[in-house]
Amino acid sequence: MTIWIEADLCNGCKRCVKACPYEGVEIRDEKAHILERCTSCGACIETCKQKAILTDAKPREIPDFSDRKGVWVFAEQRGGVLQQISLELLGKAQELAEALGQDVSAVLLGKDVESLADTLTRHGADHVYLVEDDCLEQYRPISYTTAIEQLIRRHKPNILLMGATHIGRDLAPRVSRRVGVGLTADCTELSIDPEEKILLQTRPAFGGNIMATIANRYSRPQMATVRPGVMERKEQPENNGDVIRESISISEDEIGTKVLEIVREAKKTGDLGKAKIIVAGGRGVGDGEGFKILEKLADILGGEVAGTRVAVEEDWIPADRQVGQTGQSVRPELYIACGISGAIQHRAGIVNARYIVAINRDPRAPIFQVADWGIVGDLQELVPEMIRQLESAKRKLREG
Amino acid sequence: MNIIVMVKQVPDTTEIKLDPKTGNLIREGIESIMNPDDRHALEAAVRLKESMGGKVTAVSMGPTQAIDVITESMGMGADKGVLLSDRAFAGADTWATSFTLGKAMEKIGEYDLIICGRQAIDGDTAQIGPQVADYLNIPHVSYVFEIEDVREETLVVKRRLEDGFERIETRLPALLTVIGELNTPRYPVVGRLIDACREMAPVEIWNAADIGVKTDEIGLEGSLTHVIKTFAPKFKRQGEMLEGNAGESIKALVGKLRDNRIL
Repeated sequence: MTIWIEADLCNGCKRCVKACPYEGVEIRDEKAHILERCTSCGACIETCKQKAILTDAKPREIPDFSDRKGVWVFAEQRGGVLQQISLELLGKAQELAEALGQDVSAVLLGKDVESLADTLTRHGADHVYLVEDDCLEQYRPISYTTAIEQLIRRHKPNILLMGATHIGRDLAPRVSRRVGVGLTADCTELSIDPEEKILLQTRPAFGGNIMATIANRYSRPQMATVRPGVMERKEQPENNGDVIRESISISEDEIGTKVLEIVREAKKTGDLGKAKIIVAGGRGVGDGEGFKILEKLADILGGEVAGTRVAVEEDWIPADRQVGQTGQSVRPELYIACGISGAIQHRAGIVNARYIVAINRDPRAPIFQVADWGIVGDLQELVPEMIRQLESAKRKLREG
Repeated sequence: MNIIVMVKQVPDTTEIKLDPKTGNLIREGIESIMNPDDRHALEAAVRLKESMGGKVTAVSMGPTQAIDVITESMGMGADKGVLLSDRAFAGADTWATSFTLGKAMEKIGEYDLIICGRQAIDGDTAQIGPQVADYLNIPHVSYVFEIEDVREETLVVKRRLEDGFERIETRLPALLTVIGELNTPRYPVVGRLIDACREMAPVEIWNAADIGVKTDEIGLEGSLTHVIKTFAPKFKRQGEMLEGNAGESIKALVGKLRDNRIL
């Protein structure tokens, strides 16, 4: 399909330029022009008041999904331990279900896992679909896919959410292919469109450089995976949910894989892009010695150390630790900027951080404009104080 | 052992810059590269071929310039290359892409193993591997970081988890998605690169008709998900200054971090 502009009708209003998700329209000589980047997505067509954007595509019909009801959450458990992400998803599911006037259900698969149903109920599940089977004891892609496929065909849910974990990101695509639905990965935001009542799924794209909102209009359930730690759990201690026991038909030889062993290891460190917590330093740190104290703080927090371009140029930290426009873009839960003034090039690399803390001597440093919490003061005094308080809290916890 | 490797040409997203004034993406002048995870997939395939014999076929889907990643694959040791290229493939989501690739796998046929990178750096979805496997009705293992043992009809691999790993035995044919930890990819050999560019090189370009798909099953038309909006990422910042001496302000900060479930 192709999209083109009828130049006589175009009045150069730029609505299409704003509507295009791909920067594929440009105004030249007061007329819109479709650029090579155009993916023919059609987002511009509806916005044109002049009806100057034409296409040879047939309008696509949206099927009737009025019989699809309920917001489902895949309750991920490993070795009988419920994963936090599942409770976070139930928190979001309550919100989505309320906007739709529908119920929240959890899908719990495994062997001898019934006792987990109570926790799911207390975190907002109106129903728990429970499948217990020998072949579901450990997570395996085909057995779990087949089980969920059978539940979906039986109960026709509207939405299905999974955690973007190493299991969810393995299972969700297989399920989506099997039941013939679209899937949006690693969402950081979910909401219901007030008019169309569809799920709006927002996720980072292009290595986190832009955010994209994605709709899933043509298939049900609308499937999405969500990164751990993004949604909030909402406890409902009074909630009464029911457990619906289901059985599935699958034979061991359909599954194709066997889990020989599961090994737990201490966490590896290193990758800034994946770090949950980053302690970063700039010119204000003063010297390589100064970074030692930042390293100590990062250690206690279980995070990584990073720095600005200046810190790299001064050889205080290695080049692969540089955050910013010429370094890496990072997306930690917490970014602690110590002695960083906050030049735009550095800020560009931390826009995706969930929370930013700034510690700087200069109250006018631009870093404070992008910080959630700021402290004006000497980092040589403040950072050791933070280490001291965190250590004493840890000690108290240990001593019970 | 006959192995198909799926490779993708992607913009080098680590090179992407933001316009400091508008916060928009600057797309001009971004280099196209072979997706990093896919290089490890290719390396794994070539090593298996070297130790066991067989053939490696590199498959990519993309615009005509994506032939570069096919050439590069052959430079690294692939025996054959197939580029799926058709205007009708454009704008595909993972549903339409996995269908298109699945059809191509069926046409190539006779594979024991399909390997691809865990995810591509332009989309980061990690969906194509498992989806192609389900389309072909074969088992898959994702996040593979070690191929431990290769037998006649099975494979033992290690799969990375957040807090460790699993050892998994899979029946063949199977599909693996691999991560960087698996190996160190070799550099392409110049002579092989030149051979791959010759007219007689075993490289084919297939369009929609070649793999027998209709235009409403593929590309944007065949997709089930659609991007309806893009925007520069911004989080609302609280912008709160914490006052007091060092002890007080840090205490307030630690409290804030606790309240927001960071600590």
